[in-house]
Amino acid sequence: MKTLDIAIIGGGGAGLTAAIYASRGMRKTAVFERLGAGGQIATTDVVENFPGFPEGINGFDLAQLLQRQAEKFGAKVIQESVTSLSPAEHGGFVLETEAGAYTARAVVVTAGADYNHLGVPGEAEFVGKGVSYCATCDGAFFKDQDVIVVGGGDAALDEAEFLTRYVKSVRIVHRRHELRASAINQQRAFSNPKIRFDWDTVVERIEGSSSVERVLLRNLVTGETREQPVGGVFVFIGQAPNNGLLNGLVALDAGGHAIVDLEMKTSVPGLFVAGDLRTKAARQLISACGDGATAAIAAEHYLAAHPANTSAK
Amino acid sequence: MAEVREVTDATFDSDVVKNDLPTLVDFWAPWCGPCRMVAPVVQELSEDYAGKVNFVKMNTDENPQVPTKFGIRSIPTLMIFRGGELKGTIVGFRPKSDLKKRIDEALV
Ligand SMILES: Cc1cc2nc3c(=O)[nH]c(=O)nc-3n(C[C@H](O)[C@H](O)[C@H](O)COP(=O)(O)OP(=O)(O)OC[C@H]3O[C@@H](n4cnc5c(N)ncnc54)[C@H](O)[C@@H]3O)c2cc1C
Repeated sequence: MKTLDIAIIGGGGAGLTAAIYASRGMRKTAVFERLGAGGQIATTDVVENFPGFPEGINGFDLAQLLQRQAEKFGAKVIQESVTSLSPAEHGGFVLETEAGAYTARAVVVTAGADYNHLGVPGEAEFVGKGVSYCATCDGAFFKDQDVIVVGGGDAALDEAEFLTRYVKSVRIVHRRHELRASAINQQRAFSNPKIRFDWDTVVERIEGSSSVERVLLRNLVTGETREQPVGGVFVFIGQAPNNGLLNGLVALDAGGHAIVDLEMKTSVPGLFVAGDLRTKAARQLISACGDGATAAIAAEHYLAAHPANTSAK
Repeated sequence: MAEVREVTDATFDSDVVKNDLPTLVDFWAPWCGPCRMVAPVVQELSEDYAGKVNFVKMNTDENPQVPTKFGIRSIPTLMIFRGGELKGTIVGFRPKSDLKKRIDEALV
C-alpha cells in the first residue's frame, strides 16, 4: 500500500492550491483526479475575475499553470478516481481507487461539484446532439442557429454571451423573474442584441429527430405552454456537490455541502474539506483556491501535532 | 511512444474507414478545455492498446465534413470504428476506466 502525508481528492482550483502549499511544506503529497486537472474552471473560456490576470486568462491555461506550480514543489497528480475514503484503525485514512489503495495521514477533500441536469424528457437522449453543458466546447457547432440557455446565474449569462459569437440568437430561459447573476453580467446580457429572455419559464420537453429541433416551454405565471424551434439547448442550472465520499463520515448541510470550520476542519480529525464542496457563500475560483490554502495549512498543523511515529508499517 | 496522429477530412477514409485495426477518433478543437484535458488520456490509452487499436484525432475547426456527417455537436467526442462501421460514441470527458470499458465493448 502506498503511503502519503497529505492526500488531496480532486484536482480543481481548491485541490491544486492545497497541493502547492502541502508539497511546498515538504509533505509527501498527491492529488487524485478522476478526469483531468483543473476541475470546473478548465471548461471556461475566459476567467476575468481571478486576481493577477488583468487581461483575463483561459480557464484551461490557468488550470495548467496551477498544476505546474503544484508539481514544481513535488506534488504528484494521480489520474485515478477515489472510490472510498475511511479512517484507518490506527489513525490516518485509507483511500481506494480503481487502481489500488493508499494511506494518508491527513486528507483534504476538494471534489467540487458537477453540473445539474434538467431532468426533462429528451435531455439525456440528445446529449451531444444539441443538448450541451459547455458553451465553450460546443458553441461553434451552432453557427447561425437559434439556441436557448437555461439558467439565470453567472455561468448561464457568461455562456450565453460566449454563444453570441456563433449563434443567430440566444433565448435565456429562466424560471424566475430576476437574475442571480452579477450586475456586470446582467448589463452585458441586457445590452446584447442577440440575447432575449423568457422569464418565469421552464423547459418541459426537448424534441427532435436526429438532433434537437424544438423545446416545449411553460410559463409558470400564466401556465401557458408553447413550442420554440431551437437547434441547441445549453443547460447551466447550478451544481450538485460531489459528496459521495463524505456521506456518513462528516456532517452535510441541506444542500449536501460539508460543514467545516474556519480552518476547513471537519468533525473527523485530520479530514478537511475545501472549495465548492463545503458550505459557503461564494462559489468562485479565488475562494476555492483560498480554501485550499487554508486547508493545507491546517493539515500541516495537524501533521505537526500528530507525528508519524505511531503509524505501523 | 507514438503521438496520436491527426487525420483530416481528406484522409479519414483511408486512415479510419479502411483501416484494418479498430480505430478511435478523438474529435477536438484547440479552444475546448475538456478536449485538451482528454488528450493526455487518449495518449495513454493509445499506449495501453498499442497494436490492438489505432488512435487518431481530428480538429473539428479545420475539418468540417466528417464531424457534420456524423452529426457531432459536442466535443470532446470519441468515436470507435471497426471494419468501416461506427461501433461506439462517447460524448464528453469520461474517466479513463469508463473509456476503457467502452473501447473493450466496441472490440467484441
Ligand atoms: C461554466 C463555469 C464558469 C465559471 N466561471 C468562473 C469565473 O469566471 N470565475 C470564478 O471565480 N469562478 C468561476 N466558476 C466557478 C469555479 O469554477 C468554481 O468555483 C471552482 O472551480 C471550484 O473549485 P473546486 O476545486 O472547489 O472544485 P471543482 O472545480 O469542481 O474541482 C473538483 C475536482 O474534483 C474531481 N473529483 C471529484 N470527485 C472525485 C473523486 N472521487 N476522485 C478523484 N477526483 C474527483 C473532479 O473531477 C474535479 O476536477 C465557473 C464555473 C462554471 C461551471
